[in-house]
Amino acid sequence: MKFADFVCFKATVPELKARDRDGAIAEIVSSLDKAGKLGKGKCKEISMAMIKREKEASTGMGKGVAVPHVKYKLVKDVIAAIGLSSAGIDFSALDKQPVYSVILLISPADEPDKHLQAMENVFRHLQQEKFRKFLKQCRSAEHVEDLLREADENSSL
Amino acid sequence: MEKVVCETEVEIKNVDGLHMRPAMQFVDIANQFKSDITVSNNETEVDGKSIMQMSMLAATCGTKLKIKAEGSDAQKVIRALRELVEEKLFGEPPP
Repeated sequence: MKFADFVCFKATVPELKARDRDGAIAEIVSSLDKAGKLGKGKCKEISMAMIKREKEASTGMGKGVAVPHVKYKLVKDVIAAIGLSSAGIDFSALDKQPVYSVILLISPADEPDKHLQAMENVFRHLQQEKFRKFLKQCRSAEHVEDLLREADENSSL
Repeated sequence: MEKVVCETEVEIKNVDGLHMRPAMQFVDIANQFKSDITVSNNETEVDGKSIMQMSMLAATCGTKLKIKAEGSDAQKVIRALRELVEEKLFGEPPP
């Protein structure tokens, strides 16, 4: 799976207004909603479920990135959106460091394999220091889209 | 110190596969040991103590993974991880 297969570039939030985890999640989910990716009035329900999941165990994996995610019955395919914060957000990350890049995923309830394939793609790139650095430096939705499309073509990124 | 190498193959048996929560459990247990631990599917070999790397395996239900431990406590590593994956199914339901 490639980023372009599941990331909604229209929903990128290049500078999150939120300064905390719950606010950042709500902001990105709401951006996906505005891009027409979610069912009507489902925004709050999805954010709440994702925050609940986050409270069980942080998806802040360290190195400034977090990957909040949740299963949701009304989506057919994995959808994701990127949110960036130049100030950094406390995600209760494993390394206790602030999070600058958030990759948020909503996965279908009955297709665990699709979720795993999307995650494989996300982590294959997040794994690379260069990719994390470039993502953190993106200042617009266009930058993010360019970077992810380039990463799709170039496995060393 | 005695250098022991142990290897085994385990099958992912919980329906949701090795998603983040199971991967975290795996890494938590792996980090309790001194041995170096690598995990591989046929394509990729990763560090069994790194959550980011373990998340790259995309191991769906039915996937077979090779676990290799190298170090004085290698046998215990294999026993503990096999129990987590194949007996406890990470505390998750089978298909």
